[in-house]
Amino acid sequence: MCLAIPGKIVELSASDPHRALVDVVGVRRGVDISLVEPDGIAPGDWVLIHVGFAMSKIREDEAQDQLRMLTALGEAEAAMQEAQGYSSDDADPQPEERPSP
Amino acid sequence: MKYIDEFREPELISRTSEEIRRLADPARHYRMMEVCGGHTHAIYRFGLKDLLPSNIELVHGPGCPVCVLPMGRIDDGLSMAAHPDVIFTAFGDMMRVPGTQGSPLEHKARGADIRIVYSPADALKLARNNPSKHVMFFAIGFETTAPSTALTLMRAKAEGIRNFSVFCNHVTIIPAIRAILDSPDMRIDAFIGPGHVSTVIGCRPYEWIARHENKPIVVSGFEPLDVLQSVAMLLRQLQHGEAKVENQYRRVVPWDGNKAALKAMAQVFTLRSYFEWRGMGFISQSALALNEDFADWDAERRFEIPGIRVTDPKAAQCGEVLKGVLKPAQCKLFGNECTPERPVGALMVSSEGSCAAYYQYEHRKHALVSIPA
Repeated sequence: MCLAIPGKIVELSASDPHRALVDVVGVRRGVDISLVEPDGIAPGDWVLIHVGFAMSKIREDEAQDQLRMLTALGEAEAAMQEAQGYSSDDADPQPEERPSP
Repeated sequence: MKYIDEFREPELISRTSEEIRRLADPARHYRMMEVCGGHTHAIYRFGLKDLLPSNIELVHGPGCPVCVLPMGRIDDGLSMAAHPDVIFTAFGDMMRVPGTQGSPLEHKARGADIRIVYSPADALKLARNNPSKHVMFFAIGFETTAPSTALTLMRAKAEGIRNFSVFCNHVTIIPAIRAILDSPDMRIDAFIGPGHVSTVIGCRPYEWIARHENKPIVVSGFEPLDVLQSVAMLLRQLQHGEAKVENQYRRVVPWDGNKAALKAMAQVFTLRSYFEWRGMGFISQSALALNEDFADWDAERRFEIPGIRVTDPKAAQCGEVLKGVLKPAQCKLFGNECTPERPVGALMVSSEGSCAAYYQYEHRKHALVSIPA
């Protein structure tokens, strides 16, 4: 529930100033960046994501630590499922057929 | 121990573990509560108990949002799913939590339109794309999650999306800690403070625990080294007779929290005068509701909700476990009638629930050991 998933900002959305395309372990998803905007966000930055919203800006080595942590907790799969579950910015969200984590 | 090797600075982990043994007074018994369910999960997973001397007892706190929700609220949420035009949305964690007529998943199997979303923003998108339906989002979570719901509601309002509502079950951590400190059967020496909640609220809201209750609290990260360092920091305070708020998780938690998140919450929510917590009863000012500006998006005002209190199954002792009075295995149902496959109480559903965590890592270990070769 309180999963925090690290992701890397790929690009800021041209159409929506509060969204960015984020790479989460190879999966690219739209993420809301309203809560970290005051810190200044640019492509290449790492953020911790919770339920589709970037919660804090972190360093790259911290992002790697967090990924190892999720893997060790057996939650990497749930985190990936969550990241894949975020609808991409053009499609209707259709994650409901996935099994419950 | 084997998991520890996967982590950064294993040497520092054993040094910290030794330091803890030096700091702990063998004549004393220490009870430290980890407030957050994420810590509970990590403590079991990494077997951190084995790295602590036996006189340091880690007590599991109430910080699992799925676990603290009383069954009546699940029934209330599911009552809305009975409307033919309603799409009921919730995080995956909610799907197996039992209500009196079954879990959301079971309601779905019986034909209700119930869908998992991974973000409240996706529930809003579903509303945007399905204008003939009403999309209700069953919001749960502590301050970690509440800002995301707030921002989603602000967006719904800005875009004028009317076929969307939130059934708000967001709770706040401070009143729960206060309730634990006020509880006569609790005796806690120090607190391991929640990590991700604190990214939002910062460290200041904990100051009363140190100042007025005279208990040390250390906001902690989730890695084995983080938790051990936090325990050592707490012991140092206890040894010097101090009580203050310290931040071990500085790499993620700013002392003042996330101002944008706090602002979004203040714009959308109001404090409920009281809210029922599973096993802990009614706690005053412990939960959030939508304020007047967002009344049109408030599921509790748009739908008739039964609002019936449901008592937990008598034999289940979720409340005592949730408060840390009982260990999971001391509950009469643990491991026989209540298992992760067939959970009776919510503590057995979520990986952050202490029963599920204990079952997954400790119970199986003991079960294997007890089988004769």
